[in-house]
Amino acid sequence: MTHGSRRANGHISVPALARVEGEGGLEIVVSDGQVTGARLDIYEPPRFFEALLRGRQYTEPPDITARICGICPVAYQMSACHAIEDACGVTPPEPVRALRRLLYCGEWIESHALHVYLLHAPDFLGYPSGIDLARDHPDIVSRGLRLKKAGNHLMAAVGGRSIHPVNVKVGGFYRAPTPRELAQLTPDLEQARQDAADTLTWVATFDFPEFERDYEFVSMRHPRQYPITEGRIVSSGGLDIAPKEYDDHFTEFQVEHSTALHSTLDGRTYLTGPLARYSLNFDRLPAHIQDEARAAGLGETCANPFRSILVRAVELLFACDEALRLIAEYQPPDPPAVDVTPQQASGYGVSEAPRGMLYHRYTITGDGTITDAKIVPPTSQNQRAIEADLVDFASPRLDMEHERLTAECEQAIRNHDPCISCATHFLDLWLIDGADGNHDHHHHDHHAAHPPELPHN
Amino acid sequence: MTPGETLSSVKRKPSLAVWKFASCDGCQLTLLNCEDELLAITESVHIASFTEASSTVDPGPYDVSLVEGSITTSADAERIREVRAASGFLVTIGACATAGGIQALRNFGDDLAPVVYARPDYIRSLRTSTPIADHVHVDFELRGCPIDKRQLVEVIAALLAGRRPNVRGHSVCVECKRAGHVCVMVAHGTPCLGPVTQAGCGALCPGVNRGCYGCFGLMESPKTAALSPVWRQAGADGPALARAFRGFTAAAEPFRSAAAEAAAQAAGEAGSDDAR
Repeated sequence: MTHGSRRANGHISVPALARVEGEGGLEIVVSDGQVTGARLDIYEPPRFFEALLRGRQYTEPPDITARICGICPVAYQMSACHAIEDACGVTPPEPVRALRRLLYCGEWIESHALHVYLLHAPDFLGYPSGIDLARDHPDIVSRGLRLKKAGNHLMAAVGGRSIHPVNVKVGGFYRAPTPRELAQLTPDLEQARQDAADTLTWVATFDFPEFERDYEFVSMRHPRQYPITEGRIVSSGGLDIAPKEYDDHFTEFQVEHSTALHSTLDGRTYLTGPLARYSLNFDRLPAHIQDEARAAGLGETCANPFRSILVRAVELLFACDEALRLIAEYQPPDPPAVDVTPQQASGYGVSEAPRGMLYHRYTITGDGTITDAKIVPPTSQNQRAIEADLVDFASPRLDMEHERLTAECEQAIRNHDPCISCATHFLDLWLIDGADGNHDHHHHDHHAAHPPELPHN
Repeated sequence: MTPGETLSSVKRKPSLAVWKFASCDGCQLTLLNCEDELLAITESVHIASFTEASSTVDPGPYDVSLVEGSITTSADAERIREVRAASGFLVTIGACATAGGIQALRNFGDDLAPVVYARPDYIRSLRTSTPIADHVHVDFELRGCPIDKRQLVEVIAALLAGRRPNVRGHSVCVECKRAGHVCVMVAHGTPCLGPVTQAGCGALCPGVNRGCYGCFGLMESPKTAALSPVWRQAGADGPALARAFRGFTAAAEPFRSAAAEAAAQAAGEAGSDDAR
């Protein structure tokens, strides 16, 4: 493999990415000038959560599984609660569920603001980071940080703290916030709502590559609400199942190049996350948010992954709106949690993490001991779709100047906001000449003191 | 930086690097969650390497390195030595880096890879998860799962001023009293690890009527043995106490031996019950 752009003999090369090293990589295989495969290599050290949950008590997964991801701990807590309550035959009353939804809105705001402003927008504007962007556009980045802070404040007010909330338990909450405590958040959330609307207007001015894919979208769907915590599992391919049927259709399997298990739906590659949620649930958005989405140039579905930043901005707007509504209608759950008595059973839980559907399954004994656990994070599920994106994206662009192609391939991955800690480390773009099987990776010394991962979550 | 130099004596803007090992990203996210301070921090320190936030990577050496995560692979055991060599001050942040994290539960049992992976032979992972200080010299440890934002800002400010960070080693009880919370253990009979856990979180759990679960690790002079009878009075049995010690900082002494002791005691009691 040689450095330089495409040459007459069809050899393609891309130098090592400036900001990458170490434990994962992206390989694009080129044979005879055609992209024949793309591989997302994930070397993230495994942490064996499913194994270490065995033998623990049924009350512990909300705290333990939160530690899978510091960016979306509430998603883990909620899917865990849903699954354990399902096993125990308990459905918490509406006030508990509304408070959970409110907490989850905080996480969507915090996580989406982080991705839009600090991770994704710099790609479109040619900056290496949100901090560099702030040098030229301090007002814009300050708006993003203010939005993120509003999400964190909401999580802290309901959950006790924003990273790994302490107030969540199986059955509900340890303590219900008072209506007054929540009402104090309203001015900040009204500001956040305005900031989210401005965010949407801002990202609508970005330049998006012409690129659409024929995804099979998978998300939750609720009879009335835009899905966050509750609903069935549906797909654009006609799937419509209850969470307990998940394992009948979704299969996880291991591939050699990843410590994150891959997943298929009845043998097919699929996509979960904001694009899927939006495209399958546009009709569940309030009318005025539909109007704002249309004004920003979105249709009722979106199959261009580069435009996911628009969809995240729409979801930011929705989450601010929904939080304000839930606070206005807030009835403190009394008691803050219902009793959940263990019984010998398996339970299934899903919820919509910022990055997509998150599935948990637990089997517990009559004394509440966990004997089996299964957790399927959205980034694991999206690995195959990301690889397929790369093949389709790189194929017609092999003539592009290599540094630009590298940057755009990275951006194509970042479109899906892959979460390092949930599933992913990817660190290096390797273009392999498949014709002679040359694996001369242009990567840094794996052991050098370079950063261990890319800045995407 | 050269030996003898302090950060405050460095004429140029000090450089900061952030590193991740096995972890959830939550502690480095805490830096990005300093929404009000972030842009000010970037004016005082040069962020030379922080991959969660920037694709610009400056080569070392770095005046300060913040290290998140534990060591779980032989490659990472090698990499932390490189990080150490490239760093002036090395500060570990969070329960994974300071105590091995929740993933250190693997240290107490069988090989876990076959439980999760059909092909464990594809997985290159050590049998243990260990804190950074087991591998290299650490200049300062900041506790918490996750770390507290105020404490992080204090550590950065102190390093810039060339003084020792004002992070205390006393127990959560002190913070709890200061916050005016009713003692959940005395008043409500709720088992609580507060008496043996280091302060720093702001006594969050008692603040929501819940017992502390020890995510900041042990305080400076923990009396773990004294906790056992109090927990028993509160209706929590030996296995419950052993589980509580085997949490987010399980690999740190004396949580490690306290858990073993509680488990052994519980097993002994079960044995004598059988004999009866």
